[in-house]
Amino acid sequence: MTDTKLEFSPAASPLAERLLPAALEIIARYPEGRSRSALLPLLHLVQTEEGHVSPNGVAFCAEVLGINKAQVGAVATFYTMYKRRPTGEYLVSVCTNTLCNVLGGQEVYDQLSEHLGVGHDETTADGRITLEHAECLAACDYAPVVTVNYDFAVDQATPETAVGLVDKLRSGERPTPTRGARICSLKEMQTQLAGFDDLREGAVADGPAGAPTLRGVTLAQEHGVAVADFNPDTPITKTKPSPREEARTENRGKVATVVDKAASAVKAAAGKVEEVVERRSAKQATDNAGQPVTTGDVKDPETRTAETRNPDASTPDRTGTTDEKKPVATNPAEAAGAAANETAGDGKPAGDTERGESIVSREAADRKSGGTDPNPGWQNVPRGEKEEK
Amino acid sequence: MTQPRREILQKLTPVLTKRWLSPDAWKMEVYERLDGYAALRKALDVHPDDLIQLIKDSGLRGRGGAGFPTGLKWGFIPQGDGKPHYLVINADEGEPGTCKDLPLMTYDPHSLVEGAIIAAYAIRANRAFIYIRGEAVHAARRLRHAVAEAKAKGYLGTNILGSGFDLELVVHSGAGAYICGEETALLDSLEGFRGQPRLRPPFPAIAGLYASPTVVNNVGTIASVPYIVLGGPEWWKSMGTEKSSGPMIYSLSGRIANPGQYECGLGITLRELIELAGGMQPGHNLKFWTPGGSSTPLLTAEHIDTAMDFEGVAAAGSILGTTAMQIFSDQDCPVYATWRWLEFYHHESCGKCTPCREGNYWMVRTYRRILSGEGTHQDLDTLQDTADNIFGRSFCGLGDGAATPVMSTLKFFRQDYLDYIEGRTAPRLSAKALVGAH
Repeated sequence: MTDTKLEFSPAASPLAERLLPAALEIIARYPEGRSRSALLPLLHLVQTEEGHVSPNGVAFCAEVLGINKAQVGAVATFYTMYKRRPTGEYLVSVCTNTLCNVLGGQEVYDQLSEHLGVGHDETTADGRITLEHAECLAACDYAPVVTVNYDFAVDQATPETAVGLVDKLRSGERPTPTRGARICSLKEMQTQLAGFDDLREGAVADGPAGAPTLRGVTLAQEHGVAVADFNPDTPITKTKPSPREEARTENRGKVATVVDKAASAVKAAAGKVEEVVERRSAKQATDNAGQPVTTGDVKDPETRTAETRNPDASTPDRTGTTDEKKPVATNPAEAAGAAANETAGDGKPAGDTERGESIVSREAADRKSGGTDPNPGWQNVPRGEKEEK
Repeated sequence: MTQPRREILQKLTPVLTKRWLSPDAWKMEVYERLDGYAALRKALDVHPDDLIQLIKDSGLRGRGGAGFPTGLKWGFIPQGDGKPHYLVINADEGEPGTCKDLPLMTYDPHSLVEGAIIAAYAIRANRAFIYIRGEAVHAARRLRHAVAEAKAKGYLGTNILGSGFDLELVVHSGAGAYICGEETALLDSLEGFRGQPRLRPPFPAIAGLYASPTVVNNVGTIASVPYIVLGGPEWWKSMGTEKSSGPMIYSLSGRIANPGQYECGLGITLRELIELAGGMQPGHNLKFWTPGGSSTPLLTAEHIDTAMDFEGVAAAGSILGTTAMQIFSDQDCPVYATWRWLEFYHHESCGKCTPCREGNYWMVRTYRRILSGEGTHQDLDTLQDTADNIFGRSFCGLGDGAATPVMSTLKFFRQDYLDYIEGRTAPRLSAKALVGAH
């Protein structure tokens, strides 16, 4: 899509003039045909210019991705880090979630709010500071915490230290954050959220680890506690040669260049059906390690179709029914883990229809009844061969 | 502050946290000196199936909360299906109280990158994404730097170390939505949509990112992989318990002398951890605590000897979760704490499921009323009823997470609620707070 001339509407063109090369670079990070994945970084990119996501920013994202403004707007309004009003030079966030709150975060926030004369998500008249109360910032061992542009600026904050911080910021100083990179403006920082490197000399190296982070490991070091018997040369049980070893024995290196891959992608997509059939009939199991990722990804880019997203209750769930990798627990930890988890997810219950029927229990039932689906579509080892082993 | 006893100190198992002591371990040259990328070289000499078996043998269970066996999850990915496979690393750490992944990615980012390459090789994925929480800007800087260094060294890209294996690894910053820590919401977000959970099945192993087979693993899980590859499953199982193997980073915060990250074998107790942390703060007595973030039912002082592994915490009626232990004392009010968490869940509910969206909206208001001294006895029944109606009736765990602090505080600390309602405790919120908040 990069070589097609993109025409921008009057709303989007000022941004496009400045941001198009960066936008195309972002889009290129994602697989062919999946450019919509670039939407979140693109919205961050828009904020590098505007400090918030304006209707023009929405128009720019929509036009560069070829989706409509409503689709972009729906996403932009969902996430808290996309600001809907102009922001100040610095975004000061105070954690007021429970733990920081009871340790004084609420007082810090209230004091700052009074001192600056602004409330949540509001900006001081001089345009320096936008204040917000934030939810857990993942630094509870430093509670309460205050961040500037999301870098940890004050740990174990008190109303005094927090007010001292904003006063410095308002007077044009840029105090060193406790555990983040040196402070820049919020707009400049958004470049990193859009996925670009921080090019400021030394910024990546900033931010030493604080004492709480190192507390456990320091205790261990001080008292000479270490995990015994660590031998990095412990052999791994091998049942078959690795692709690298095979390549070595055949004395041929598979060096696929990017150009090769791009060229082969078209061919691969065309010949995919045959290839799959061929592969299935092959007498040995093959895998796609080392093959170009573009192979076989012929599904329409718009994957959010009703049948893939919301199958009805009667659609069998094929998770875990691959032939070769039957989820047979090989040790107590695995058995316990599988039993304790009804779904393959992160312990989140599945939809009501499937509740209580776990993959593992279904597998167990299948085994009892004498086998799974006789011909799973993706099966890569013919059943007969497996029994021979 | 008390000094921990020797036998308690022996319970520390610095594995994943060990490199944090080297200030420049985030740089390639230092990381390589500290066993870095040795596991990758070793792994590439092994068939991917043997690697999956290795992880299965180690008994490694997911560090993101549920403890699903990692090797089993990897084994679910259908092989030879002609579809691209994806590895997605969940670095959207946002569970209140959780602060273990951020330091890991900031001070030892290469261990995650190395683990990602090995995991992707095992499941035959040629693309991997690290979905990192937007607010974690410094960790993201370090990670992107690590990825660039790895690429320059030939650990990422095409034909990695002559293995014929290709991998692109992209660090993708989120934009401040707690819900994106839920794996299917994360996938939607990564596809460029609002982060809202999907109905399962199909599970991500079959139809995940771009409707292709996808493994979603937590940062801690993937960062554990290189150590298992190096030290072997038997060594890994020498830590932790039989059913919950390996070390775990316990994040202690709140009313203790020395909050911080303590890496110990799974199965340690809160009593021992508090001893490691130098005891409670002077004048504070343990009242309630979260075993693994605010979404896990609260435990009380009587659970202080519960083994902090998947089984032990489950037996105590809670969930191990992210081992984010927020410790509250007799000077903290469980009603106030629960209200604040509910404000959070109310704010973060994605709005997809009615019970969670509406239930949290109303529970927050009920709490505000109780805390302003205007609660009634009936409010407690309303809370219980609302929580019961949210629990288990939403697509994802956010709804359950919101209901659990309500249900557990009503169970353990009903008297604290009654004290507000019957006027024995002074109101914590002014009537002003009832109007227009949020």
